[in-house]
Amino acid sequence: MDLVNFDVQPPHLYPPYKSTILRSPTRPLLPVRELIKDLSVPVFGESVLQQFDNDLTKNARVNGEPIGERIKVAGRVLDEAGRPQPNVLLEIWQANAAGRYVHRSEVHDAPLDPNFLGGGRVLTDREGRYSFYTIKPGAYPWGNHHNAWRPNHIHFSVLGHQLAHRLVTQMYFPGDPLFEFDPIYQSVPAHARELLVAKFRMDWTDPEFALAYEFNIVLGGRHQILFE
Amino acid sequence: MERLRQTPSQTVGPFFAYSLTAQQYGYPYDSIVHHALLGPATPGEHIYITGRVLDGQGAPVPDAVVELWQANAQGQYRTAPINPRDDDGSEFTGFGRVGTGTQAGAVFRFETIKPGAIGPGQAPHINVTLFMRGSLHGLRTRLYFEDEAAANGQDELLNAVPSERRATLLARCVAGGGLPGYHLDIHLQGAEETVFFDV
Repeated sequence: MDLVNFDVQPPHLYPPYKSTILRSPTRPLLPVRELIKDLSVPVFGESVLQQFDNDLTKNARVNGEPIGERIKVAGRVLDEAGRPQPNVLLEIWQANAAGRYVHRSEVHDAPLDPNFLGGGRVLTDREGRYSFYTIKPGAYPWGNHHNAWRPNHIHFSVLGHQLAHRLVTQMYFPGDPLFEFDPIYQSVPAHARELLVAKFRMDWTDPEFALAYEFNIVLGGRHQILFE
Repeated sequence: MERLRQTPSQTVGPFFAYSLTAQQYGYPYDSIVHHALLGPATPGEHIYITGRVLDGQGAPVPDAVVELWQANAQGQYRTAPINPRDDDGSEFTGFGRVGTGTQAGAVFRFETIKPGAIGPGQAPHINVTLFMRGSLHGLRTRLYFEDEAAANGQDELLNAVPSERRATLLARCVAGGGLPGYHLDIHLQGAEETVFFDV
């Protein structure tokens, strides 16, 4: 049986990412999938979305366009069998073009953008497709180790249709020179890191408006394949 | 049959609040769910639930996001879509989300109803999912009620937990707060490490 699906996941404890040391379980997780495999999870309807929730370049404007490189991110949400997952809620958040989060605990002194919040959400359609506009996020330093910088990334929170489908992940941009120095990215086994990296799609660009990236999301529990 | 490879999990990071729990933290964005899973007219016993997430040194984690998902008083999970802007607030959503960064002591607090048992061999319980900085995966566990001893003794999942660790899933009754209250501390490590589930 092919266990590659298990192998794509990072461990709970990954000491180079220092915050895992005191915050990761030390005992094996209890296998309970057989007991809860039929458990549904909340489903959200269209009214969860406001007009510009899928356009982070518009949903927080005060007096103008947000600063930075406008991009489109699009893709599909699928299960491991390749079946499209409709009506999946994606919540997204990110730093601005200068690498600054709109968050009171943020200490990086890059500028805030008065016209950019960095938060949004989108529902997948019947074919599992989603798309949103945003500003390409910047890199920023963090306190994990000397001269630690996060690669450019967008956070995704995914509410699929089963408890095992609840996922939080991060989308990265191709060719980022910070990959080899970032322990959060590196926590994923080397052969699976490409799954976190969006593909540049020249054919999906909006001419004269925005470059485009494709990021597909595949949902499944850690051990799901064992019970098929 | 060829299987697609799952998307790997990554940490929620410390800066989720302005998107996932914006209203709780006072950011200029809305929230799709809140600390309240119910409205004033929701049938069932209204209760509140508090707790903390404690790290390997026993320190409360102030940057975790906690999600609850539970059945209603009749033991049924909500299947109708949640439409926050259409609902008048009286419907039971069964789903709540809070961050631990706005209450003293990094306490999380929910208002909900005591769930009914969803079937034979199932004690009343609430599904709990945690995300936080330093956690590369979401952590999943369950909250059971200490005043449901008979039902807990029959619960299939609880009985799959080694007996010496079952207490880590039992919320204790607390007084005060105007409603019946329950408290559960979630220990990420240590002698009282909470049982987390592999799903």
